[in-house]
Amino acid sequence: MNLAMTSLSTLMATLLVATPLMAQTDAQAEKGLTISKESKARDEGWGDMQADMLMVLRNSQGEESIREIRLKSLEVDNDGDKSLSIFDKPLDVKGTAFLSFSHPVGADDQWLYLPALKRVKRIASRNKSGPFMGSEFSYEDLASFEIEKYTYKYIKDEACGDDTCFVVEQYPVDKYSGYTRRVVWIDQSEYRLQKAVFYDRKDALLKTLTYHDYQQYLDKYWRADLMKMVNHQTNKSTDLKWNNYQFKTGLSDSDFNKNTLKRAR
Amino acid sequence: MEIFMRERIYHFALNHPIIVSLFSLLLIVAAAAGGKNLVFKSDYRVFFSEENPQLTAFESMQKVYSKSDNVAFVVSAKSGDLFTPEHLAAIHSLTESAWQIPYSNRVDSITNYQHTVAEEDDLIVEDLVLETEDLPNADMAKLKAVATKEPLLVNKIVSPDGSVTIVNVTVQLPGVNPVEELPEIMSKVYEVRDAFVSANPDLELRLSGMVVMNNTFAQSSQNDAMTLIPLMFAMVVLSMIFLLKTISGTLATVVIIITTIAATMGLAGWGGIFLTGATASVPTMVLTLAVADCVHILTTCFYEMRHGATKKNALETSLRINFGPIFLTSITTAIGFLSMNFSDSPPFRDLGNMVASGVMIAFVLSITLFPALLMLLPMKVKQREEGHSDKLDYLADFVISKRKVLLPSMAAVIIGLLLFVPQNELNDDFVKYFDTSVPFRQATDYMQDNLSGMTTMEISIDAGASSAINEPEFLHATEAFSEWLRQQPETDHVNTLTDTIKRLNKNMHGDDESYYRLPESRELSAQYLLLYEMSLPYGLDLNNQLNVDKSSLRIVGTFENITSNDQILLEERIYDWFDENAPQYQVHVASPSLMFAHIGKRNIESMLWGITLALILISALLGVALKSVRYGFISLLPNLAPAAMGFGLWYFIDGQVGLALSVVAGMTLGIVVDDTVHFLSKYRYAQTHRGKDPVEAVRYAFASVGRALWITTLVLVFGFMVLAQSSFKVNADMGLLTAITIFIALIVDFLFLPPLLMLLDKGSRNKQNSGANA
Repeated sequence: MNLAMTSLSTLMATLLVATPLMAQTDAQAEKGLTISKESKARDEGWGDMQADMLMVLRNSQGEESIREIRLKSLEVDNDGDKSLSIFDKPLDVKGTAFLSFSHPVGADDQWLYLPALKRVKRIASRNKSGPFMGSEFSYEDLASFEIEKYTYKYIKDEACGDDTCFVVEQYPVDKYSGYTRRVVWIDQSEYRLQKAVFYDRKDALLKTLTYHDYQQYLDKYWRADLMKMVNHQTNKSTDLKWNNYQFKTGLSDSDFNKNTLKRAR
Repeated sequence: MEIFMRERIYHFALNHPIIVSLFSLLLIVAAAAGGKNLVFKSDYRVFFSEENPQLTAFESMQKVYSKSDNVAFVVSAKSGDLFTPEHLAAIHSLTESAWQIPYSNRVDSITNYQHTVAEEDDLIVEDLVLETEDLPNADMAKLKAVATKEPLLVNKIVSPDGSVTIVNVTVQLPGVNPVEELPEIMSKVYEVRDAFVSANPDLELRLSGMVVMNNTFAQSSQNDAMTLIPLMFAMVVLSMIFLLKTISGTLATVVIIITTIAATMGLAGWGGIFLTGATASVPTMVLTLAVADCVHILTTCFYEMRHGATKKNALETSLRINFGPIFLTSITTAIGFLSMNFSDSPPFRDLGNMVASGVMIAFVLSITLFPALLMLLPMKVKQREEGHSDKLDYLADFVISKRKVLLPSMAAVIIGLLLFVPQNELNDDFVKYFDTSVPFRQATDYMQDNLSGMTTMEISIDAGASSAINEPEFLHATEAFSEWLRQQPETDHVNTLTDTIKRLNKNMHGDDESYYRLPESRELSAQYLLLYEMSLPYGLDLNNQLNVDKSSLRIVGTFENITSNDQILLEERIYDWFDENAPQYQVHVASPSLMFAHIGKRNIESMLWGITLALILISALLGVALKSVRYGFISLLPNLAPAAMGFGLWYFIDGQVGLALSVVAGMTLGIVVDDTVHFLSKYRYAQTHRGKDPVEAVRYAFASVGRALWITTLVLVFGFMVLAQSSFKVNADMGLLTAITIFIALIVDFLFLPPLLMLLDKGSRNKQNSGANA
């Protein structure tokens, strides 16, 4: 009784004090969401896509290591995209194929085909915050962007290059995310991501991702040729170089099937 | 001319005490203002110079892999079993809060251990305890079996009986502002600890790890500053009042001490010197050394006043007589401390430079501010008839009459102690740098008793080509080495990637135990690792074991606390193993433990040069001051013997010599010389000016300086004995051995030097006489 009274009065007090503040926060959240929705909407309808990806990993001493991956993606309405990654380098993982059905909420479905074992294995794990192939990108960073994965807060407008950017904070919904938030810079002319800054679980600056050399495909879809991720805590970095972007190549559900994963080329 | 100059200095001080006092205080305040720049650098790495090969090796290894500075929360159950739902929930929440520690980039615990299991064609990679809500229904015995059978965990993260565990937080300090980063981490660590302790009365929590050790360096020094320095002041005040029976003299001395310390520390601040565990002992040392100058001036002054001189005249006489000896002893002491510049360890160079400047500041102040203050303070001395027999006369009689027994027996004692010098064992165990009253030491000892010690070695094996760590040949060599290392008697734990690969191979074959072995092909291993790495969460990746190119891997061995020598031997055995069994791979071994293991020897070798140079300089100075090459050489013996005897005696006290003690010989050299200077100069004075024979000259030397030597030695021994009470063993050992050496020096100067002089000079005098007679 006493306890209930106390918490009730605390709640009242909080409401009184916080109302104008919350109104502002609501407006910021609304605007952040709107911007992100627009960004997502402008990139819809690409159907399917293929590209070659070259990863250049660097440690703090500048020593480099290379990974090569071919990527195929299929746009799925009302759910996360399906993607198939085929590893070409290092040579000892050549032919390894990774199939993933991403979902806006909850764990993704993931299968891996290991040619040396000649078996398809389903990976059951909530983890997606670890480094992808030892790089500074996590699986989380590379998965498709879905509105439901974050809550939003618009911060401000800021000049970025020749353009002006919306600066929006995104808070991951998944509790197994490696981040407390990421701050993204979205340009106002084309709603493209120009920069993302990641904050770790203790809200300390962790990584910065920058997008370079955007190209437009099919007069609509913008893709960066180069993505640079720098880890500020370890001074390691990874460059992602994209080549041979192809859209609407006629891929279908049957190309993203765990039973046909063995035959993925 | 020179004499004229120095007389002008103290005449001015005696005639214009107020001006001199104000002016010197002004200069002191200006110097002391540098104190605002003084910050404490609390990092074990400060003990190593940038050129130190072990530091360089370790740092380059840390650049290739990841850093390994850590905070270890050592958790134990009072009931003896951690594997209950409540306790595991507590460890789970501790693991979660540990992520909030600033600069943390990895947290390892039994709850977030990435457990892999196979279910048909599924590979499940999950925290061992993912959700605390599931714990009440979980199979505790099974969880315990998994944790205590996993080679990655047992003896490192969890004790074999499941009663003690650690939550290990790896932090990566940016090093941008080291003075603020460490306290930032520690305040969060304490917050996490306090919350855990109050929420879990059935669990015990202790703090260990490199970060906690670094913090303890600062804490110990602060504790020392708060307890030892006041204790020193009390000692000085009491012994001066007791021995010299003067309030004003004591007051003036205390002022000199305070101003000397303030100016010394302030100048260090202006010079950009960091405070460290070692330099934190500077105030205590300067305090001790500054007292001696004042005691000499006061003793002579009182002697004169007792004989009816006015205060001003007495002071004038005292300054005239003492100026030379005080100047000379200050210079030799400074040279001794400056020899520490040869040390391989930067804090000891700073220590040497700071004390050397402190000694010179004390000299300047004791011939300016000190007499000025004495002029201003009231001072009365009862006139007293001299002639009553001093106890030191008895000592002189004893030494003279028993000289034929004393010389050989003292020589036997010296040689006897010398024989034990090599028996000392070289050891720098950074855990034992702190005595058992220090919480970090207690926690680390507890961790060592139940899990593993803080002695680690990181072994990097380079396979030579990109991704080549997956080669079966390489993996088999690594496995063989890991097994060999596990069998070494010192070993507590070996963290090796081959265990993980073997476990994955088993998982990929439906958890069939017979597949708990290395895969046959490079492709299999590479693909397992790819699969595994994709399933790991943030902060629990393999980057601490593999380089980006997967061309080399790192094995971490954890060992019980072993001596530096044993560590160096183990390091050699590791290299030998690779020479014999896998010479095709490049291997590097490095770790903080190894850095400390090598520093003692390196420092002793480098200090030998410093000591030699200091010895040459000091002996030359003595030769000039005594105006005799012969006595310069004779002085070598009583100057060198005390340090050597001290180290011999040390074998019976502790027997372990390390970084701290390697500087003692150089440091004490400058101090023990003082006694020899005073004794020899009086002896020579009696011979040359008063034409006394060696026996009478010895008696004169005892009568004139015996008492002052006795008092200053006592003050010095007390001072360094106070330092010996430090909970920081580096300073405590340094203090104790210095006190011992100084005390031995007095014994040598009283019991060995006089008989030696009487023997040597008897021969030469006879020769002179016979020459004259012929």
